[in-house]
Amino acid sequence: MIKLHSTRNTIAKDLGAIKVARITTDENLPRVLRRDKALLIDQYSGSDLDGFEIVFSKYQGDSHIHEVQYLSEDLHYLADGDVVRIDPSRNYVRAIYRKNSSANFLFVTERCNSFCLMCSQPPRDVDDRHLIEELMLAVPLIDIDTREIGITGGEPTLLEQRFFDLINLIKISLPYTSLHILTNGRTFSNPKACDELALIRHPDLMLGIPLYSDVSHIHDFVVQADSAFDETIRGILNLKKRSQKVEIRIVLHKQTINRLPELAEFISRNLQFVDHVALMGLEITGFTRANLKALWIDPFEYMEELLLAVNTLTRSRVRTSIYNLPLCLLPESLWSYAVKSISDWKNKYYQECENCSKKSDCGGFFASSDLVKSDHIHAIQ
Amino acid sequence: MELSKKFKDQNHFKKILNQGYSLLPFNFHKLPSTLYLISNIVGEYLIIDRDTLNRLVNGDLSFEDAVYNELKSKHFIMDQDSDVAIDLLALKYRTKQYAASQFTSLHIFVVTLRCDYTCRYCQVSRRMEGDGDYDMEETSALKALEMVFQSPSKSIKIEFQGGEPLLNFPLIKFIVQNALEKNAVEDRNIQFVITSNLTFLTDEVLNFCNTHNIYLSTSLDGPEFLHNQNRPRPQKDGYEKTVAGIRKVQSRLGYDKVSALMTTTAASLPNVRAIIDEYVSLGLHSVFLRPLSPYGFAIKTKQVEKYNTEKWMSFYREGLDYIIELNRAGYFLVEQYTKVLLQKILTSSNPGYLDLQSPAGAGIGVIVYNYDGDVYASDEGRMLKEMGDDFFKLGNLETSSYEDIFLSDRLLDTLEESLAESSPMCSECGLQSYCGSDPVYHYATQGDVVGKKPLSFFCAKNIALIEHVFSLLENGEKREILERWLA
Repeated sequence: MIKLHSTRNTIAKDLGAIKVARITTDENLPRVLRRDKALLIDQYSGSDLDGFEIVFSKYQGDSHIHEVQYLSEDLHYLADGDVVRIDPSRNYVRAIYRKNSSANFLFVTERCNSFCLMCSQPPRDVDDRHLIEELMLAVPLIDIDTREIGITGGEPTLLEQRFFDLINLIKISLPYTSLHILTNGRTFSNPKACDELALIRHPDLMLGIPLYSDVSHIHDFVVQADSAFDETIRGILNLKKRSQKVEIRIVLHKQTINRLPELAEFISRNLQFVDHVALMGLEITGFTRANLKALWIDPFEYMEELLLAVNTLTRSRVRTSIYNLPLCLLPESLWSYAVKSISDWKNKYYQECENCSKKSDCGGFFASSDLVKSDHIHAIQ
Repeated sequence: MELSKKFKDQNHFKKILNQGYSLLPFNFHKLPSTLYLISNIVGEYLIIDRDTLNRLVNGDLSFEDAVYNELKSKHFIMDQDSDVAIDLLALKYRTKQYAASQFTSLHIFVVTLRCDYTCRYCQVSRRMEGDGDYDMEETSALKALEMVFQSPSKSIKIEFQGGEPLLNFPLIKFIVQNALEKNAVEDRNIQFVITSNLTFLTDEVLNFCNTHNIYLSTSLDGPEFLHNQNRPRPQKDGYEKTVAGIRKVQSRLGYDKVSALMTTTAASLPNVRAIIDEYVSLGLHSVFLRPLSPYGFAIKTKQVEKYNTEKWMSFYREGLDYIIELNRAGYFLVEQYTKVLLQKILTSSNPGYLDLQSPAGAGIGVIVYNYDGDVYASDEGRMLKEMGDDFFKLGNLETSSYEDIFLSDRLLDTLEESLAESSPMCSECGLQSYCGSDPVYHYATQGDVVGKKPLSFFCAKNIALIEHVFSLLENGEKREILERWLA
């Protein structure tokens, strides 16, 4: 597991405001290309450092040189093409984008209009409009060959016009990149928001929208918001009416599992035209820790419901995947639906996994799984 | 439940449910057991007992009742917490009725009435092999094609019928080539099928079918003795020719390019397993257990009809049980009519089966261009004409325009009068969304496009079939097998 940000760097305070820059390790980069670049060197060699946005050295002994900042060891994995955000006032460096990762998400806001029991990224009602402005600077620096990029929050659509501006910027800067947006979809109950999105005509955009029950009062309870069910459903209908791609995301826990087969039935009857359904194991982080007793159920206990749900959805030709669940907990008939979905920076395996013949096909665990884990993890022979 | 203090518990979100619920439209039907089937216009259903049904309609159910969430999820009731049910019902209804918005997609060309068989159940009154007066003219074919492309449907299926259509193969070639030429501009999704006994399946025919991706549909009534008894050919080699033809299409064009249908006669009734075995040994994966239609025959008395329903049902039940047994043993085999019913019961899609639609498929789902240039609202409509009644003749290619035919009072009145949603006994039937309307059948048997349903074999047969399918769905293991047919 790698750290995405660190404050253990040493950065000169007089470097001023927050910067967004793309990492390069080429200290001989032609002058004209140095703008927006953060040079990362192993050790200062006396070469000309003029024109770089910032210069980082991995060598602590270089920190006496005024033009060179020390990058702490936990970020030494940074490499050519990565994009970082630097806040000199806090010695803070964060990886916004990593070229070698298949899971790059742009975190656009902490604000949210839902308050889900198991939120992995608990929302805060703060003014964080600076985040989107920095991301607007970062997007043009991202590698054009990036296969996929995500937008997450908080609830991204709360950014209103800036949300659409960001998508448009991604469309023109990254024309070959799939874009995956995590949203609760409620904003799209307003057809105007859908029109605005459709107008951008992004060629490869999917909206991942959570739906936790087939009946309103249970969904609203899980997301802790009245009317959320109706708004989300209307949002999905409005989006599909405008041919936008929609994925339904279902987090599996004690409050959603009882009616999972009925929810699958509901989707195949009412929302069969969605593009994907993701059935997702619970990540033990954020609010889930606070509500663990109300949420935790050993996945081993709900395999019957999961099997029924997958069968119902696939019979209706709804493309279906299982995320975040290790193969040893799934019946073999579900293996082909399991996706290695856990992002590299929070992924881990256990002792039991070392002797498992399926380890290379398996998504493993969240690093946060230590707090509570299934009693049925075992090596598959 | 132990939620952290910043969260509201479940009861907070259930408070509003205390304000009661309102009913959304549904029908109910008493099943052969003591239970009731409730169903709505989009085919969602629940099976409940009489007490629950009473409490439901009297507004006495509480959200604490286990059935409450089921009723809400399937859009039988609506409470103050959510009104998106209306949007979803509308969407599902539009989906179910999508075919009606697309208008006529199946276009049947009767290219000749000549045939080499002498089937006693022939429903179209075939003519002798050599009689050229019963062939369609090229000029009629061109006029018919003009009409085909006036249909707004994005999907066009042209089916060649007879008689034996391969006895007029030059006209089939002419029609396919002209249709494709027109379609270069029209850009419809176009498909061709030849309904044939396969006697005249020459290499030329096979090559032509291969080039243009043409499907073949044939009749196979069962094992040799039964097939030849039902479908006599003067040379007594009908079975042999048919089986050889099926094999030839399978090996030359592919297993999915040929399908077979059977017709049930009195002689078929004790032989359902042997009939099905015949299909399996030919490597076919679909059987259609079809009762005889009342065309080309004297119309039976009402007493005989009732007797027939029972006989028919035991034939069908035995066949379906055997088909399920074969599936269980690992051979994928579908009974087509059951599959149509399953799609209607278990999915939001509409299988588009012409005899089980409301509005009926006549004219707006299918249209028939007869060899003589007359245009009929359905295949059965032209069968009726061969018996001397041209009630369903909508016009003639020489004298009628597209508008004359599709806006004719005969067609529109028939469709309007026979809507199941407003027909006596259909409008309140709990099986309505799985059934349909068959005005040609009811006209043929009762002289009226609506018909008296208690006297109708169509009605009795479909009630018995649908009830039977529901009883199979209650059995988990059988349900699993049947659900596989829809994947």
